[in-house]
Amino acid sequence: MRYIDHAAVVKRMNSRMIVNKLFKTIFFLATLFALLALGILFYRIISQGVGYLSLDFLLNFGSRFPEKAGIKAALVGSLWMMAVVAPVSLILGVGSAIYLEEYAKKSKLNDFIRMNIANLAGVPSVVFGLLGLTIFVRALALGNSILAAGFTMSLLILPVIIVASQESIRAVPNELREASYGMGATKWQTIAKVVLPSAIPGILTGGILALSRAIGETAPLVVIGIPVIIQFLPNNLLSQFTAMPMQIFDWAKRPQEEFQYVASAGIIVLMIFLLLMNSIAVIIRNKFQKRY
Amino acid sequence: MVKLNVNNQNGTNGNKANQKVTDSGIVYDTRQLNLWYGSHHALKNIDLAIKENEVTAIIGPSGCGKSTYIKTLNRMVELVPSVKTSGQIIYRDRNILDADYGVEELRTKVGMVFQKPNPFPKSIFDNIAYGPRIHGIKNKKTLNEIVEKSLRGAAIWDEVKDRLNENAYGLSGGQQQRICIARALAIEPDVILMDEPTSALDPISTLKVEELVQELKQNYSIIIVTHNMQQAARISDKTAFFLNGEVIEFDKTDTIFSTPSDKRTEDYISGRFG
Repeated sequence: MRYIDHAAVVKRMNSRMIVNKLFKTIFFLATLFALLALGILFYRIISQGVGYLSLDFLLNFGSRFPEKAGIKAALVGSLWMMAVVAPVSLILGVGSAIYLEEYAKKSKLNDFIRMNIANLAGVPSVVFGLLGLTIFVRALALGNSILAAGFTMSLLILPVIIVASQESIRAVPNELREASYGMGATKWQTIAKVVLPSAIPGILTGGILALSRAIGETAPLVVIGIPVIIQFLPNNLLSQFTAMPMQIFDWAKRPQEEFQYVASAGIIVLMIFLLLMNSIAVIIRNKFQKRY
Repeated sequence: MVKLNVNNQNGTNGNKANQKVTDSGIVYDTRQLNLWYGSHHALKNIDLAIKENEVTAIIGPSGCGKSTYIKTLNRMVELVPSVKTSGQIIYRDRNILDADYGVEELRTKVGMVFQKPNPFPKSIFDNIAYGPRIHGIKNKKTLNEIVEKSLRGAAIWDEVKDRLNENAYGLSGGQQQRICIARALAIEPDVILMDEPTSALDPISTLKVEELVQELKQNYSIIIVTHNMQQAARISDKTAFFLNGEVIEFDKTDTIFSTPSDKRTEDYISGRFG
């Protein structure tokens, strides 16, 4: 008695092949759809904005007149904000990840903490804006300064950095830790010389991607009351400032049609910024992977 | 037991100096060792006196506690949470299970080679120099000398001397394992623990490691866990047979393999179980 009827198998072969091809086509179209949407967006923004893109656009402050409006205050403000966000979020994020993965004993409490950090990564950014408004702007009386915005953005991306760092640290094989301990290394020596060097490409990739999210976020800035019309550059961490997404948001909601084009020019600058940061992430990853 | 005063004053020949002082020549004296993983009683009343400058093989079926025992000798077993121990392991006159015995200090004297070759994803040089560096040696010339001496000691110098700056991952499995042995030698240990060091290697690499073990016992005390009974018979001076967390028999390797006194030992080495 044979269970496989080969004649029947051959008969069914055609329809199986059709289904096989069908799914390939569906998945391809799904990808194509996303790419197409992205392409149209790019086309629209570039065709609208490129005319307003000039050195003056980078060097001018905001203005009532579209042809005079520039992104200088927002560009510099975003840079100042990132100067706060990058060190704060990376130090806190990587530090927490090291604690959770290397030091924390397995316990119910720690499992609970781990689970909630992953959940925090999914909390909407508006909520983080409210948190920043309550803690940094009001309770700590930092006002709508660079520091307050930087801390708020750090909180927002902290869960993402922690989770990415935890995953890279967890991916370091235990055998390497054992080898290090086996030679009399302390825990910190093992972390500094074995775990982190192996984990750093992943940590930096995750970190920079999180930072590029921070530079594009608008909602928390709106909530903590970051102004748009700023005619001076910040000179310390407690200065008022504005940021690129705020400026773009403001231009986009103005009634004059020309400002739509100015907004597109702003988006181009922001996207070049994001692309630069993502390329740095890729370069760092490749460089470290070659060495180790 | 005699007090040790002239510890390691003759530099690399520390073992020889110790031998003169310690009449018994016992490097590890395990007394009534019990170990639990949570509620699982993994080692039961182990008494084992391991002599120096010998190769001591530990054999037994999977799950008999032989790996647990060898990892207790440098307290690596503590990396597993919820491990409890009782009893004593006297190493050079001190009980290593004492809470105030620093594991880092112990592991500087007791090197370990693991089941799977586990070089660091660094250059061959940096792999060997890792141990000396963590113990504070920074001088480049000293490090160079240590690296060469260790690689020669592990009989792999000629194969890698021209590519010390290449990543150790580029080597074959057998070479990687000898790099790991060289790395253990670089901390100038007194004892080398080997946890099934050839189980991931092909027969030719296995043979090389076995030959190496024979050479190393001139200067080091070696304790080796093995699944391979022929290997135990080939390379060891003494053999301990573990079963269900107990030492069933511990004797000269020749005796264990020719005239074992316990029926269970005989059954195991003749392949009737395990």
